[in-house]
Amino acid sequence: MTEISHYSQVWAHRTPRKRLFMWMGWLALVALFVFCWQLMTRDTIWAFVADAPRQAADIGNRMMPPRWSYLPELWGPLWDTINIATLGTIGGVIMAVPVAFLAARNTTPSLHILRPAALFVIVASRSINSLIWALLLVAIIGPGLLAGIVAIALRSIGFVGKLLYEAIEETEISQIEAIEATGASGAQVLNYGIVPQIMPAFWGISVFRWDINIRESTILGLVGAGGIGLKLQASLNTLAWSQVTVILLLILATVVLSEWVSARMRHAII
Amino acid sequence: MSPQDYPTTWRRPPQIVRDKRWRIALQIGIVLYLVLAIGTVEVDWNRVYQGLERGQRFVMGFLQPDFTSRWSDIGKGLSESLTMTLTSTVVGVLISVPIGVGAARNLAPRAVYYVCRSIIAVSRSLQEIIIAIFLVAMFGFGPFAGFLTLSFATIGFIAKLLADDIEEIDPTQVEAIRATGGSWGQLVNYAVQPQVMPRLIGLSLYRLDINFRESAVIGIVGAGGIGATLNTAIDRYEYDSAGAILLIIIGLVMVAEYGSSYLRKFLQ
Repeated sequence: MTEISHYSQVWAHRTPRKRLFMWMGWLALVALFVFCWQLMTRDTIWAFVADAPRQAADIGNRMMPPRWSYLPELWGPLWDTINIATLGTIGGVIMAVPVAFLAARNTTPSLHILRPAALFVIVASRSINSLIWALLLVAIIGPGLLAGIVAIALRSIGFVGKLLYEAIEETEISQIEAIEATGASGAQVLNYGIVPQIMPAFWGISVFRWDINIRESTILGLVGAGGIGLKLQASLNTLAWSQVTVILLLILATVVLSEWVSARMRHAII
Repeated sequence: MSPQDYPTTWRRPPQIVRDKRWRIALQIGIVLYLVLAIGTVEVDWNRVYQGLERGQRFVMGFLQPDFTSRWSDIGKGLSESLTMTLTSTVVGVLISVPIGVGAARNLAPRAVYYVCRSIIAVSRSLQEIIIAIFLVAMFGFGPFAGFLTLSFATIGFIAKLLADDIEEIDPTQVEAIRATGGSWGQLVNYAVQPQVMPRLIGLSLYRLDINFRESAVIGIVGAGGIGATLNTAIDRYEYDSAGAILLIIIGLVMVAEYGSSYLRKFLQ
């Protein structure tokens, strides 16, 4: 292959300069990774890590066989869990709708005051996990279902609000103009121009969030907010691993079922 | 037909459920469920009333956050959270790339496909917090268990989306490379990788953002990070410190969200 040697260049995807930059970028990432790793494992007790496989085998042994006789005690908490998710979703959606209308660029009454405020509500609600909301609410209004419902509702505002305001911003302007041209008032424009356009999105988002909320409400009991998580926490505290297996399987079944229901409903709506 | 017979008002026809009987049945069903559900929610209004004072203190703590008095704890929790986030994202992405390639039907043989898809299903169906409980029990308290939890959760997320993305690539480029006689490795490197790389980077940045949020939660069950600090602050009824931690979390999540969306736009 001596012929090719007189070509000044062999084809390459990127210029040398670009390759150098990319190489430096990867090097920086590796360096950052090593630095973070050092910082993170500073206090790690490696004896525990080395011991982990034995611990895993031990826990696995204790978890098997599952104690199925525990199952009848779980139906009540499961009903509570579903109620937390459903009532929480309803509450969250009710609060999210006005926030979404305030946050959407085309429906907000004031672009400089209310819109940023609504966006802040959405971001704050989204960035705090429902478990943290539950932690706060259990401290404030006491343990129980109500704390779980309110936690789920507060967390849902951000999710539903964000997706809904994006749907409102994507509405077709021609339909709204047509309603405006009939001399409709602001409320009528909202009712006949915008609402019909976002209705499928609204139901789709709500059902999707309900599905996520079922998933999240199963663990809210860990911090005392009711539902099947309370049973999980109790079983973990008493090291009753065979009961933990039953609870986890039940949670898994519930989650899979709710996912199926939500997929079917969204399919029917959209 | 006189003009008076025309209706002067118009009602919007129903959009979702068009059959009237179904609509009524649905409405009755919903009311019945609500009655049943609200009936089983026991609320101790006395306790709620007492709690309002605490709620007020919490709101005050949120408005006047106290960053200084617990700063060493907050700083430690934050550094744990941030380092945990980065290392777990890097490790999770590194592990999920081969799994994602294996879970793409157009690249992997059937047996490998099923194995990889079941790894993804397991990782996705278990919640972070439950994984964290088990890993804390195995590996002891601290950020190492959190790192493992987040890495495991990252695998399900990235590998699934990467596999779906690989399945949707343009097959003509794959055929072109195959026609040159390229091996399987060359096929992946020259035909698949350039098509999915921008999206993989975007997904990794998105997951970095999610991992930070999750790192704030798994601390509650003892897996280190800012969540542990927050839990302690709330347990001690130090709502001003808790408010400060929550504000830091919100701020960092906002920075991560805008930063990652900016970076994704810049890279694509």
